[in-house]
Amino acid sequence: MIGAISRLGGLVVEAAVSTGYSLGLLVHTTLQLPRGLTRQTFRSFLTQLWLCGVQSIPVTFVVAICTGAIVAMNTGLALEDFGQERLIGRVIAISMAREMGPFMTALTLAASVGSAMAAEIGTMKVSEEIDALEVMGIDPARFLVLPRLVAMTVVTPILTVYVVLVGTLGGALIGASRFDVTFDGFVSDVETFLDLKDIYTGLLKSLVFGVVIAVVGCSQGLRARGGAIGVGLATRRSVVISFLLIIIFGYFITFLAFELKW
Amino acid sequence: MVELVGVEKAFDTQMILRGVDLSVRAKETMVIIGRSGTGKSVTLRHMVGLERPDRGRVSVFGEDVAGIHRPKRESFLRRIGFLFQSGALLNWMTIAENVALPVRVHAKATPEEEIETLVIAQLRRVGLESARNKLPGEISGGMKKRAALARATILDPELVLYDEPTSGLDPVIASSINDLIVKTGSTMGTTQVVVTHDMESAYHIADSIAMLYEGRVVALGTPEEIRHSENEVVQQFIHGKTDGPLIIDA
Repeated sequence: MIGAISRLGGLVVEAAVSTGYSLGLLVHTTLQLPRGLTRQTFRSFLTQLWLCGVQSIPVTFVVAICTGAIVAMNTGLALEDFGQERLIGRVIAISMAREMGPFMTALTLAASVGSAMAAEIGTMKVSEEIDALEVMGIDPARFLVLPRLVAMTVVTPILTVYVVLVGTLGGALIGASRFDVTFDGFVSDVETFLDLKDIYTGLLKSLVFGVVIAVVGCSQGLRARGGAIGVGLATRRSVVISFLLIIIFGYFITFLAFELKW
Repeated sequence: MVELVGVEKAFDTQMILRGVDLSVRAKETMVIIGRSGTGKSVTLRHMVGLERPDRGRVSVFGEDVAGIHRPKRESFLRRIGFLFQSGALLNWMTIAENVALPVRVHAKATPEEEIETLVIAQLRRVGLESARNKLPGEISGGMKKRAALARATILDPELVLYDEPTSGLDPVIASSINDLIVKTGSTMGTTQVVVTHDMESAYHIADSIAMLYEGRVVALGTPEEIRHSENEVVQQFIHGKTDGPLIIDA
């Protein structure tokens, strides 16, 4: 019993330390912004744009089109019982813009890009490269975290828009092929019922998710210890923590925007 | 130049340093020897502020290292070069870019042509001119160490710290690294602290040798004095004997 309480206490302390470190890293990195934009960090930023953005296009395409199709199929079948399957467009567009677009994009990026950040920086940490930067007077937050944070903040909303569009297209394909909803009717329904607030709430979520993925991935990498096992643990933790934070932040933004009418 | 007074350091519950007292004079090359896990690298990391002592004081260039913060820390670090055990080259940069990094950070106004000239001169000094456009993953361990040495000394630091510079290298490459350390000390007048358990290397490069045992300095002297020390721990270590006060963990 005492052992279980002690382990629970240890987990709480570790979570508090990890949160404090990540928040500190976010603030410290953000403060680097004006003078941190050097030729080297800009080159690294472009590399990260390529890795996080361009290289994520194929996987997010598959995720988006499948998500749109799944939501359309389930929604269409439910609405078909009431003879209302023509409403499928609005349901797809609203759910993709508000929730599924940002959510699926973020989960895909957390699993692919966030974990890669944790593994890369973690490997640098255990092989003394981070120490070497510090000894050379180079701030790892400015040199490594800043380009990744800025790239993810730029890339995540752009990829989210792409996922929403592709997902809606996936829904339209199912609507046309299974429920006889014409493409024009689908688009007209989307245009009529999709609110501007649905769009900017989704974009706000994607922005927050992008920051979360970059900060969690980098902070877990920087806290890696103990060789290959430590890097593996850091990578795993970055994915788990990112997933949890994405869900928690997603809920609160939805609550603020649509329940409290903020 | 470097002074450690009563330095104690523990990681979690494990006590590593139990009161290290050490003084390195300007232009001296001091070698710190001792078994693995006795705190040699930890001692070296204290000198550059990568570790902070739990007790005691570490001063370099007359300043308390623990009290040096940004932005003063950058000018402090500019005067120090550090060769890590693994080389610690950034793996996505070429050898030339790695070597140029301290110049780009600390001497931002330096024109690109001048940086290029400096880098080529440094790489020539360590015999790596032809590898300048290679990535660290494409060169051998010995070449990585030499590249790291070129990076550590490109700003002509007053103090260079070496963590196991010859570990994992064949005797010929190890000798070439030792020669570079001797040359760095003699031609540039650099103060050097070298951590190693390679006695051949220690005798070759040291002006003085300090032996760490159980978190303390148990012997200090010239290579000759250490070679003829009556301390049993020193004799067992330098001759690599299995019998003696140094216990071999199972």
